[in-house]
Amino acid sequence: MSTSANTSTKQGTISGSSTGSGSSTGASRAENSAGTPREEHMLLNMGPQHPSTHGVINLRVESDGEMILRVTPEVGYLHRSIEKIAEKVSYNGFMPYTDRVDYVAAMTANEGYAMVMERILGLVDEVPRRAYYLRVIASELCRIASHHVATGTMVMDVGAYSPFLWWLREREAINDFMEALCGARLTYNYMRIGGVMADLPPGFDRRVIRWLDHFEPSIDEFNRAASENKIYIERLAHLGVVDRDMAIAWGLAGPNLRASGVDFDVRKNIPYSVYPELEFDVPVGRGWCGEVGDSYDRYYVRILEMKESCRILRQALEGIPEGDTMAKVSRKLKPERDEAYAPVESARGEMGYYVVTDGEENAYRLKVRTGSFTATQIMQALGAGVLIADLVALFASFDVVAPELDR
Amino acid sequence: MEAYTPYLWDLGRIAFMFAICLGLAGPLTWAERRQSAMIQDRIGPNRAALTLFGREIRAFGLFHPIADVIKLITKEDTINIHADRFLYNVAPFIALFPALMTFAVVPFGPDITVGGEVHRLQVARMDAGILVVFAISSIAVFGVTLAGYASASKFALLGGLRASAQMISYEVTMGLSVLGLVLIFGTLEPSAMVVAQGELIGGWLPRWGVFVQPLSFIIFFTAAIAENKRIPFDMAEGESEIVGYFVEYSGMKFGMFFMAEYIEITVVAGLLTTLFFGGWQVPYLMDGVEFVNAAGTTIVGTGFHFPWGGQLYTGEWVGAGLRVGAFLFKLIFLCWLQLMLRWTLPRFRYDQVMTLGWRRLLPLSLANLVLTAAVVLLI
Repeated sequence: MSTSANTSTKQGTISGSSTGSGSSTGASRAENSAGTPREEHMLLNMGPQHPSTHGVINLRVESDGEMILRVTPEVGYLHRSIEKIAEKVSYNGFMPYTDRVDYVAAMTANEGYAMVMERILGLVDEVPRRAYYLRVIASELCRIASHHVATGTMVMDVGAYSPFLWWLREREAINDFMEALCGARLTYNYMRIGGVMADLPPGFDRRVIRWLDHFEPSIDEFNRAASENKIYIERLAHLGVVDRDMAIAWGLAGPNLRASGVDFDVRKNIPYSVYPELEFDVPVGRGWCGEVGDSYDRYYVRILEMKESCRILRQALEGIPEGDTMAKVSRKLKPERDEAYAPVESARGEMGYYVVTDGEENAYRLKVRTGSFTATQIMQALGAGVLIADLVALFASFDVVAPELDR
Repeated sequence: MEAYTPYLWDLGRIAFMFAICLGLAGPLTWAERRQSAMIQDRIGPNRAALTLFGREIRAFGLFHPIADVIKLITKEDTINIHADRFLYNVAPFIALFPALMTFAVVPFGPDITVGGEVHRLQVARMDAGILVVFAISSIAVFGVTLAGYASASKFALLGGLRASAQMISYEVTMGLSVLGLVLIFGTLEPSAMVVAQGELIGGWLPRWGVFVQPLSFIIFFTAAIAENKRIPFDMAEGESEIVGYFVEYSGMKFGMFFMAEYIEITVVAGLLTTLFFGGWQVPYLMDGVEFVNAAGTTIVGTGFHFPWGGQLYTGEWVGAGLRVGAFLFKLIFLCWLQLMLRWTLPRFRYDQVMTLGWRRLLPLSLANLVLTAAVVLLI
């Protein structure tokens, strides 16, 4: 009884004082959990415009000086009703919108939608093998580019600016490849229901291999500059530990899940495309510098994944078969009443498209499941008890991309 | 005219000091951006151009500091409506003032004799010169803390609090690390310390502070960077965390905090040069030694006396020029070193900085002091 009354007062005061801007006037008078007399706590809005949120997310922080008592992520600032738009545009016309679901790794977002529609239309076996290989090449390049941003901004949030720009330089090369492949550098709109938009441009494979020869050693260079730095390790090791059970309970996905020691990768466990034909390992968190599931593991899993993506790329570029890039698909799609779910391994974990069709030219309902959302909600559990500086590093370690979070 | 001459000398010295401090602050902002561009594989600022007689002069972006100042001065000066206006306005001045003052005790050249009068190349020669440095630099805390407090912004307040705690902690360490040198050279006066550093150990190694007190150099350098609030100790700024104690400032008031930072870089470099790198001393360039000139006569004066036997007479004026040049060279090198650090390392966390200061560096500097005292006592 008294506990619930306390909680309600607490929340009431916090939301009431959120408009105050003075440090003393805006401090919320809240009772701490022990129920001891009133204490001055501070309500801090980290976001929606804050350098560490990398997009418009608001972390409402209740803190006692530097010590954070509670974190409440507020989402929805970048909500563009993409799922609703799917109900209004044609099936082919929705493809460009999937780019906007996750513009840091737009290829995998493309791929997921193409796959779910192929399942609905029964095209899975008709898509040419060359198209599948092209999808793998594009997706893996995109995964590397996305991990560039993830690990780079993480290092930047911890204060080292230079390695971030080294990664952006490498990412620039991938943007050039993408431009050569499909004409766009950020929102590609490359994949189609039934294949891909265009074949490889001449000399593309040689250019990528030459870049890979340069890029793979540069991962070690990056590690020497950032990952092995003592200050960096001390900042991240043992920070925000998510153990195996907790990671599953909060529904973490992708690298965040694997950092907690769960060996789950959609490419391996729910095979799709031509991934079963390619040889690669799935890096799992081992507690490299601290314990399994800490922020350093989440960071380092991504570094290792880049290496694995390089392996996949080399195999795919070598083993790509000749042939068409598109299956025969009619221009106007009117699938029967049906439903399907297709997950892909995006750079931020399992990205699933669930679509319900009803015989019309547009979807009855479409739902996108993304990794960023669960990664944001776990901040409530991890944020309490860390310092403000830690919160920034912790949030960065989950690699949340705002558009993917809100859609 | 005669009566005014000492004042003219004083004005000249002060002008030279300001020329170093302010003159270096502008190019340092350019150097920092250009340097970081080199490290990060970028081109860096190169667009500010001056058009003279129809020709566009870019000078590697050296006009950028000027363009920056024009921008900062013409920008709107915003004040948060909840801010304490008086403290808010006065804080940048309190931050800038001590940074400029500290350089007064740094000698930038040897004493020179003009017209039979000895003139010092140092603005203020005080017996307690080193103590004055610490006295003034402790005022700098107020500028930062007041800026954080008066801005009426929580982020700025956090920055101000972090800065005050950090600067006070590291001042203790900084002071203790210098005491070893005070014991060895037996003086608190910077120019006397520089003169003492002109001697040679074992006939070849200059008796520079960095050679007689290497540990003290590392501690002092670390503490000085912490005092200056730059990466890896930029808790007060923490651009990705709290954006800094100056987050609410705009225009030239922000510019003053910015300038204070770069002047402090120069001051730290100046102090390091004076205490640990022999100030204006050039290795093996000595006063009052005997030289044999080509005619076979022996003269006594200033010149190089190399440990391997060679000698080179320079005379007092060339020697003084070389020494001021050496001081500037060391100064600029140490400024560059600080810029390098800024773009290489990540940032500590607040509690890690405190742990490092109080539990590692402070005991270390105390141990260093005790050891030095014992050695000085025994020898």
